[in-house]
Amino acid sequence: MRKRVSAIRSFIIFCGPTSLFFLTVILIPFLFGIYLTFTNWNGISATGFGFSGLDNYRVVIADKVFWKSFWLTLRFVFFTVLFTNTVAFFLAYALTSGVRGQNTLRAGFFTPNLVGGIILGLIWNFLFGNVFTFIGKSLGLDLLSISMLSKPETAFWALVIVSVWQYSGYMMVIYIAGFTNMPNDVMEAASIDGATKGKRLTKIIIPLMVPSFIICVFLTLQRSFMVYDVNLALTNGGPFKTTQLISMHVYEKAFLAQDFAVGQAEAVFLFLIVALVTITQLYFSKKLEAEA
Amino acid sequence: MKQKERIFLTLKTLLLSVLLLAYLVPFILVVINSLKPTREFLENPLALPQAINFSNFTIAFDKMNFISGLSNTVVITTVSVLLIALFSSMAAYLMVRTTWKITRILFFCMVSAMIIPFQALMIPLVRIYGSLGILNNQSTLIYMYLGFGAPMAVFIYHGFIKSVPLEIEEAAMIDGCSQVRTFFQIVFPLVKPISFTVLILNVLWIWNDFLLPSLVLIKPAQRTLPLSTFYFFGTYTVDYGLLMAGLLMTILPVIIIYLFLQKHIIQGVMQGSIK
Repeated sequence: MRKRVSAIRSFIIFCGPTSLFFLTVILIPFLFGIYLTFTNWNGISATGFGFSGLDNYRVVIADKVFWKSFWLTLRFVFFTVLFTNTVAFFLAYALTSGVRGQNTLRAGFFTPNLVGGIILGLIWNFLFGNVFTFIGKSLGLDLLSISMLSKPETAFWALVIVSVWQYSGYMMVIYIAGFTNMPNDVMEAASIDGATKGKRLTKIIIPLMVPSFIICVFLTLQRSFMVYDVNLALTNGGPFKTTQLISMHVYEKAFLAQDFAVGQAEAVFLFLIVALVTITQLYFSKKLEAEA
Repeated sequence: MKQKERIFLTLKTLLLSVLLLAYLVPFILVVINSLKPTREFLENPLALPQAINFSNFTIAFDKMNFISGLSNTVVITTVSVLLIALFSSMAAYLMVRTTWKITRILFFCMVSAMIIPFQALMIPLVRIYGSLGILNNQSTLIYMYLGFGAPMAVFIYHGFIKSVPLEIEEAAMIDGCSQVRTFFQIVFPLVKPISFTVLILNVLWIWNDFLLPSLVLIKPAQRTLPLSTFYFFGTYTVDYGLLMAGLLMTILPVIIIYLFLQKHIIQGVMQGSIK
């Protein structure tokens, strides 16, 4: 009995605050959010709202704008994850090969990660809108003289470029950690056996780097699915709402159109997709890791 | 052979330096144009300023209420990260040192919750905290950060505390040291390196966060730097010199800290990813 009392006491002291924060900020809002999707709450009536079954999900499924934004997000995630990891991997590869000023270079490539997405978006907004067009006009290049942000397709690529630029420094650091933890003797043995540089990269380095790939792909997947700041500051969904990624769509649905329950249903849908994608990714990469 | 290798290495260094310069061009252009009047900027955004002129900074400083934004950001970030590190390390300690069902369930829930996107929580959060009437308050924002920051911090501490040997604690306990004292005098100092990682990762996140404060802080006087910069941009859309000065002032505090702590910050990010 005394033991039980002292156990409860230590739980309250050590885990009490964190449990409270976690419950009230994440768990309860999450469950309450799922409940909200089955009601017709519109955000205005604070007291009464009725149960409406699956109506909100039916609205979401029928909403063409939502699906457009959803596919756009998938496309954005695909290219961002692919390019970020490629760039970051090769930067890390080059920056662990003993070049001079290695640490300064690493620190330099990391810099965009110190600055928030809003600020980065504003900076690039000015680059695309003013600087690149100026270069285009003075060199007589038609391609550059029109702002990339003014056309749907190029505005999409502008978003990808900025996101890759933003994330690659961070992922580079994680890949560098992977490279420096790589056993040296394996590499030495390989070069003694006469393995070429290309062979060493594909047959030894990449398989040994699988754990780093898992972390980085997981992080880039998660981050690019939820991008909001850069989207807001760079394109603000424009031109004509063609670059509205899913986070921004949810925000507008809920807080600007005041369609809270439908917005929440879309957010829950986003959660299901993110959970599905990341769990699948982790499952297959663990399998890959076991084989490698 | 040796010489060939050296030339190759120099070439590589050169190439990487050029690449880095290209990476940093956006920031360099912000610096250059913040020193120019807007007229000069419109003539040629790539040219160096004709005369060094800091008037953009003094005007932007007043117009965007820089001091208020900076102090709000500093207070919110500092209080949040310190409390996250304290409470999360305590929770993770008990989770590692006991096999109780409740601590195991809590740990499992927190780790699983890391995949919940913020968008799935923001609407109910605004609804719940709005109906309690405690939105528009910096303490509420800090409270929310404690919740959002906890899962990852607990996860990182959990991984690290597992490797702390039990013997020292046992010795302390036998000597009559209470559990709380054992934690603060023995365990907490031992996990200092990972505390640094937790602090860095959370500072980078909270300092730059936009969406959550934009939902919680509505009054202009409470705005954090990312918010005040964003609204400043909305108001002065054509005065580029001013805008660039505003951007630079927002970035500068972080860059200055980074110059001193870059090695630790990079190390911190590495540690955070391995755990």
